[in-house]
Amino acid sequence: MNAPAQHPPAVRTTCPYCGVGCGVLAKPDGHGGAVIAGDPDHPSNFGRLCSKGSALGETLGLGTRLLHPMLRQSDGTMVRAGWDQALNAVADGFAKTITQHGPDSVAFYLSGQLLTEDYYVANKLMKGFIGSGNVDTNSRLCMASSVAGHRRAFGADTVPGTYADLDEADLIILVGSNAAWCHPVLYQRMIANKRARGAKLIVIDPRRTATAEDADLFLPVAPGMDTALFCGLLVHLADTLAMDYEYIDAHTTGLPEALARAREIAPDVMATAIATGLAPADVVRFFALFTATAKTVTCFSQGVNQSAQGTDKVTTIINCHLATGRIGRSGAGPFSLTGQPNAMGGREVGGLANQLAAHMNFTPGDIDRVGRFWNASRMAQREGLKAVQMFDAVHRGEIKALWVMATNPAVSLPRAGFVRDALAKLDFLVISDNVVSNDTVKANAHILLPAAAWGEKDGIVTNSERRISRQRPFLGLPGEAKPDWWIVTQVARRMGFTEAFKFDSAADVFREHAELSAFENNGARDFDIGALAALDDGEFNALDPVQWPARAGAPKADTRFFADGKFFTPDGKARMVAPEMPRPQADVSNDFPLRLNTGRIRDQWHTMTRSGLSPRLGAHLPEPFVEVHADDAQRAGLHHGGFARVNSPYGSCVLKVVVSDGQLRGSLFAPIHWSDETASSARVGELVTPATDPFSGQPESKATQVAIAPVAFQYRGFVLSRARLALPAETWWARATINGGEGLLLATNDAPALWRERAAALFGAQAEIAEYVDEPRGSYRMAAFIDGRLVGCLFVGPAEAALQWDAVKLLFESEHMGEAQRRAVLSGKSTDGLADPGPVVCACFGVGLNVIRAAIADGVAANVEEIGKALRAGTNCGSCLPELKRIVANGRIAQTA
Amino acid sequence: MSEPLVIIGNGMATMRLVEELSQRALGRYAIAVIGEEPRLAYNRVLLSSVLAREVSRNDIELKSEQWWRAHGVTLMYGQRATAIDADIRRVKLANGATLPFTKLVLATGSRAIRLNVPGMDLPGVMTFRDLTDVASIEKAAETHRKAVVIGGGLLGLEAAYGLAKAGMKVSVIHLMDRLMERQLDARGSAMLKAAVEAKGIAVHLNAETAAIKGHHRAEAVTLKDGRDIAADLVVVAAGIRANADLAQSAGLEVGRGIVVDDRMQTGKAGIYAIGECAEHRGICYGLVEPAYEQARVLASHLCGRQAHYDGSVLATNLKVSGVSVFSAGDFVGAPGTEQIVLSDPGLGSYKKLVIANGKLVGAVLFGDTADGLWYLELIRSCVSIAAIRDDLVFGRALAERSLPKELAA
Repeated sequence: MNAPAQHPPAVRTTCPYCGVGCGVLAKPDGHGGAVIAGDPDHPSNFGRLCSKGSALGETLGLGTRLLHPMLRQSDGTMVRAGWDQALNAVADGFAKTITQHGPDSVAFYLSGQLLTEDYYVANKLMKGFIGSGNVDTNSRLCMASSVAGHRRAFGADTVPGTYADLDEADLIILVGSNAAWCHPVLYQRMIANKRARGAKLIVIDPRRTATAEDADLFLPVAPGMDTALFCGLLVHLADTLAMDYEYIDAHTTGLPEALARAREIAPDVMATAIATGLAPADVVRFFALFTATAKTVTCFSQGVNQSAQGTDKVTTIINCHLATGRIGRSGAGPFSLTGQPNAMGGREVGGLANQLAAHMNFTPGDIDRVGRFWNASRMAQREGLKAVQMFDAVHRGEIKALWVMATNPAVSLPRAGFVRDALAKLDFLVISDNVVSNDTVKANAHILLPAAAWGEKDGIVTNSERRISRQRPFLGLPGEAKPDWWIVTQVARRMGFTEAFKFDSAADVFREHAELSAFENNGARDFDIGALAALDDGEFNALDPVQWPARAGAPKADTRFFADGKFFTPDGKARMVAPEMPRPQADVSNDFPLRLNTGRIRDQWHTMTRSGLSPRLGAHLPEPFVEVHADDAQRAGLHHGGFARVNSPYGSCVLKVVVSDGQLRGSLFAPIHWSDETASSARVGELVTPATDPFSGQPESKATQVAIAPVAFQYRGFVLSRARLALPAETWWARATINGGEGLLLATNDAPALWRERAAALFGAQAEIAEYVDEPRGSYRMAAFIDGRLVGCLFVGPAEAALQWDAVKLLFESEHMGEAQRRAVLSGKSTDGLADPGPVVCACFGVGLNVIRAAIADGVAANVEEIGKALRAGTNCGSCLPELKRIVANGRIAQTA
Repeated sequence: MSEPLVIIGNGMATMRLVEELSQRALGRYAIAVIGEEPRLAYNRVLLSSVLAREVSRNDIELKSEQWWRAHGVTLMYGQRATAIDADIRRVKLANGATLPFTKLVLATGSRAIRLNVPGMDLPGVMTFRDLTDVASIEKAAETHRKAVVIGGGLLGLEAAYGLAKAGMKVSVIHLMDRLMERQLDARGSAMLKAAVEAKGIAVHLNAETAAIKGHHRAEAVTLKDGRDIAADLVVVAAGIRANADLAQSAGLEVGRGIVVDDRMQTGKAGIYAIGECAEHRGICYGLVEPAYEQARVLASHLCGRQAHYDGSVLATNLKVSGVSVFSAGDFVGAPGTEQIVLSDPGLGSYKKLVIANGKLVGAVLFGDTADGLWYLELIRSCVSIAAIRDDLVFGRALAERSLPKELAA
């Protein structure tokens, strides 16, 4: 008999963060955590991980987890319930609402964090059995414009290229993508190409991001004017006869209209430069590089997608690639970098309100086909409401029951305050999530369902290059948590759809999904993974990363689309489309003179419910901030490191000011990550305009008109605590996870004396409190100890001389504090490198034992007299002379011993 | 030929004066030292340590007999000066001898104040000023177990500690509402009280002695509020008074002590006073460091150099093992001053710094006194502490590290 393995083998899984889809090796440590490493055999990352992925092991704790179903009682409290009770309540709630108000009175709001199987059953339930198209997802905020652009141009939502193109390209253009922070592993692949092969890198972004650092050409384009730039490029390609006319003639339609519109928008270099705010020489260089480089990949991300003209932006990029035939070939093509780990999977199953399933649409033929395949009792006949419109309908009371899965719309949607109000109006709000509390849960949840998290979930994700990878469990399900597909399946059965939801495993769901993709396909649809429909459970479990298409019976050959010029339009030709005149949806005004750009920071993810658990990640940029150009800062009276209130017509935030030359004049940038769970006033989603793209429904998250004004705080400081603390309402704060507890950075106008009063109760009555008080200076610092362990501290001081928390944090995290360290802890400074003189021997001259011993050991002094000469010890009152004699005697013994 | 210099008093100030003189002008003076105590000069600060048996009697001798000889000093200990003839310039001794001088230094020290209450003459009532007192107390302690120390100042606490270490049950009774009120602020005093009590010493504050009761020897101390505290040994440490009788009868000006100018000279040229017996600018110092400073100034003066004594910024160290206390300057904090306070009860540590006009003017340290001398230097030098204010209370090493390099040097 074999002995049980001492160390369980590492489980191969996939990172839950961005759309790069890196392979991860997770080795459980047996204590609920795991050691994380990149999977060297995964073709998307070859073993590399970014900072977020590397820190996944720090995010596995159960401290913030929802572990049991909870039901809201009539008195408003949430009470733990059994699964049966909870599932029945969900099924009843939806069934009743549908009976009373019809299928369009209910909706599901899903997430790119869901696995394909979760997405599939939710979509099937809504569109095939409830009979509404009201399934949308946070992917709407992420890449819906890419989907719309792809579908308009290619007749299908097809990403033509593959990551290998980034290795093989001679020119990589990043449009609206801070890949260095948001897709770091892919970015490093681009940089490796640049180093090894000399590939050129062009970065187009209104903001000089970290990605711009390595660029050969940085183009700080005016917000929303990417369309003008690529229109100018199309004109340039035409005027320099640099187009691939054979390809255009054979495989595209629409060039004349597209070119005519491009000439209206950007007829020449000067016009392009004026429209985009770029230097003419840079425009010339950009045009020349593109024109001259056949192997060009244009990657685009949220800067393109999150726009009220996002679809047109995608279109103009694709137009240039179609016009040069640079698509589907090695090292060439337009390339959408998706934001989420399974945004692509969501698109595959039809988890968006304007898709049906398996890349089929709301056409009579597709509706009939899917209906037959599902044996659907009540097929949705038309598109449902896209995210922003969905919550508008909630606010109007038209949608009465909503199920939110794995996302936090009260923070992440545009006009997030309005969304939170809308949630409060619902008759019935069900939330499946990992976390016991977030802004959405707090908004008005009636039922909370504990969903399995990364590390527990079992299923499929698809990354930006159409690569299907397994997310495999390496931890058991905690508490009563269940996979999302199971939860939805159980509710569907309780709503009476037993036959159609007979799934007993993720593999069951996946097989049906794969089968549907191949159903009556025969090459008519790009998405076909029929080859995977026959996987048995073991094969499913062992599935290696595979790119689609994976057609049954077809040899696995090319992984790119469109090099053959065959598109998924009725005539098989790609469409070149004329864009609208580029302009931001709303103009700036006297009241709102600036434009707010939003985005991610390097080490956080979305609303921080996972990445916020990692002390390492929290250390990078712990405070919510707004970046401002120096001229705008001066005009508004802001200073670097101070605070500002940012107002839009929709809401307000108070953020730390970062004056940055990377910002264009007139443009602000604020990261999206903070919520009411993590900061006092940094729900940047509240500011964002609800304007959306007419084709994709994607909101314009990067061009809201805003105003900015300074906010003065007299004092700043921080709190470290073992348990979560709440600060008084008027305090500005931001929370970060640290090892062994939590940290709060704070700013306040409450005087230190008031903080001193509060401090006594902060860390429990039994705590021993050390204090530093300098009232005239406005400083109060305290540390609380229980049994010698630092359990918390509070530092408040003048804003202009705010202490950093690093040294104190180290002591707080180290758990063991020496006496010398404890004496200095309230200095906020490290004692590293400071000699510890030891206990005082000569009180008159403050000479410590360690100093005296050192003098003896170093031969500086051999007797009491010499100690006196060297250190002055014993030369005043002389009361330490007897002790000095003993020290000398002991020193001799020590030296001779 | 050497000038005859006579020093009356054989204590710490005298030792330091001789030492300082020998460094500046060995042989210029023929020095005679007259000492009442029948022994070589010793370190009075260590009396409580002797009592506590932390050091032996021999260990506290300041200098050997040979050292005195080598420095050309005629030691006349065990002898008492009875009169000074300031005009004729001679000192009369109890044994009838007469010593002529050209320069005379009075370093007669001080004596314990005895309270004006009934029973002070009873056997078992003692003072604590010299080795003879220590011997008496030690002897009494052999047969008696209950001691009361009257006075909760520096000396009283050191005595109480010594007695407790010697195995006695000790109570301290103190007139004021806090211990060491002349050296500590209220919070420091409270911590000191706790620390003293932790050593098994009972402390009675606001306790005014009404009488010592007893038939044949002291049996109890009666307080004004009527309480009796049993005691078969009473040590009076309720203050000191300068030994100035000799000077007074010689016609020198005496206030609290022998009045001297900034060169430590009395009203009569060539006659000086240093140490606890001297009154400089209205102040009699009861600590060793001012005496040493005075000795240094006087030595310079006697060697013909310019030297001025401008008074001392007082710094106090309590010599009670395990209880570190330091204070200096305006430790209470006069109106208009600012205070920085650092406290950590878990470490038994309390520090208060008093700042006026951006300068350090006072300090109280309890528990962690390592930086006391640095604070004293800062107080004395009157430098601005603005650049290090936020780190000041955490000690020199940390504060100076934070300074820009050119300033830290």
